[in-house]
Amino acid sequence: MSGIVRRRDGGLIVISFVAAVILGAVRLPTWIDLFWPSWLTMVLIFWCLHRPNRVGIATGWLFGLLTDLLRGGLLGQHALALALVAFLSRKSRSRLRLAPVWQQAISVFVFVLIERLLVVWIIDGMIGYPPQDLKFLMPVPITLLAWPLITLLLSDLGGIHHVD
Amino acid sequence: MAKLRTTAKPLFSAESATSAKFIIAVIASIGLMALDNRTDWLDDARGWLAVAGYPIHSVVQLPRQTLSRFDSALQDRRALLDRIEALEQRDLFNTVQLQKLTALETENRRLRLLLESSARLPERVIIAELIKVDTDPYRHRILLDKGWRDGVRKGQPLLTQSGIAGQIANVTPWTSDAILITDTHHALPIQIDRTGQSTIAQGSGTFHRLDLLYLPNDSDIRPDDWVSTSGLGGRFPPGYPVGTVAQVEIDTGQAFARISVHPAAQLDRVREVLIVIGYGFAADGNPLTAAQDESVNSP
Repeated sequence: MSGIVRRRDGGLIVISFVAAVILGAVRLPTWIDLFWPSWLTMVLIFWCLHRPNRVGIATGWLFGLLTDLLRGGLLGQHALALALVAFLSRKSRSRLRLAPVWQQAISVFVFVLIERLLVVWIIDGMIGYPPQDLKFLMPVPITLLAWPLITLLLSDLGGIHHVD
Repeated sequence: MAKLRTTAKPLFSAESATSAKFIIAVIASIGLMALDNRTDWLDDARGWLAVAGYPIHSVVQLPRQTLSRFDSALQDRRALLDRIEALEQRDLFNTVQLQKLTALETENRRLRLLLESSARLPERVIIAELIKVDTDPYRHRILLDKGWRDGVRKGQPLLTQSGIAGQIANVTPWTSDAILITDTHHALPIQIDRTGQSTIAQGSGTFHRLDLLYLPNDSDIRPDDWVSTSGLGGRFPPGYPVGTVAQVEIDTGQAFARISVHPAAQLDRVREVLIVIGYGFAADGNPLTAAQDESVNSP
């Protein structure tokens, strides 16, 4: 955890967030869209676990706000959800950071589930757009499967090892 | 936690800072949501902030644009020739139809003059392309590539070649947000073509259904009746097709019949829409201001 290592991956953090925002904004055919995982949430969790000095609740909140602007939805909705995800990952950081990937994946599953329920079920429901079926939960299991990929990729690129 | 003694102080302060930040984030988010939902104070700010999203939208658009360019470059010459021929034929057909229509329109105007009622002005429209990013499946909003600078204003109606599609909800300098007629928050004043009975069509949250409100059980209405805009409320031009009645359910225990309409516009697969930016001679492009704020939102 020397300063040199950290300075090097500043670029990677920015690039991964930009890539996640773009991946989240791509317009896809409905059948893929249904299964499209939440890239931004995963990238946020990853950096909250591994670079807590740089990425935290403020980052999550700002990127959530950007998501709200891009989607044209209620301002603050995704901001709240991603701040919550960042908070949860920060709180469980000491337990998760060194845990096996599958164990992390289960926690990520729970975080993303909470995020989706908050965004779609509670907030959209409160402003008069209640979900009409459970399709909105489809990305959650996909995120569980995509987490190992994201972890592998970002750890490899960022030179993060599980012996911290 | 075994090394609590040495790390207790910094760990504690970091933890409490995290909680404090989180509480601030929660309060800020809830404040924003309340402001955004209950007032329209944030609409202008949102318009300007959305400009920040413009580069992202352009990047997202890039692969699709490149692909479609490739697609047209690679298309078989024969297929293109066939297509041109088909389009020419349709053009001929349309021109003939249009001639008839022009004659009718002149006659109509003359008759209206005789009756001293104001003539219906022709609409001025611009074509806008969708740059929608994935929105919630339950919220039927689309993002268009024309904005304030192209003359788009809040409340202007949206048409497709087969029927009415929605209206503009939010405008930024280069893009605009539109709400489709199938959004659950949208209500559209309509009339049944066959009987002239007018009512309101509310969005259902699915692309293939609108619900007609407040029609009594004994209304004269049948499946396959055409429904068009009534023009009441002043926001939508009258006489545009909305769709056909799909189902009439009468439950004598209820005050009103449950009637659903199948929209004529295929709203889940639109690529381009027409925005009505004005009528005839209204040069400022904003002729709808007077009666604008009634027909949106709640029925």
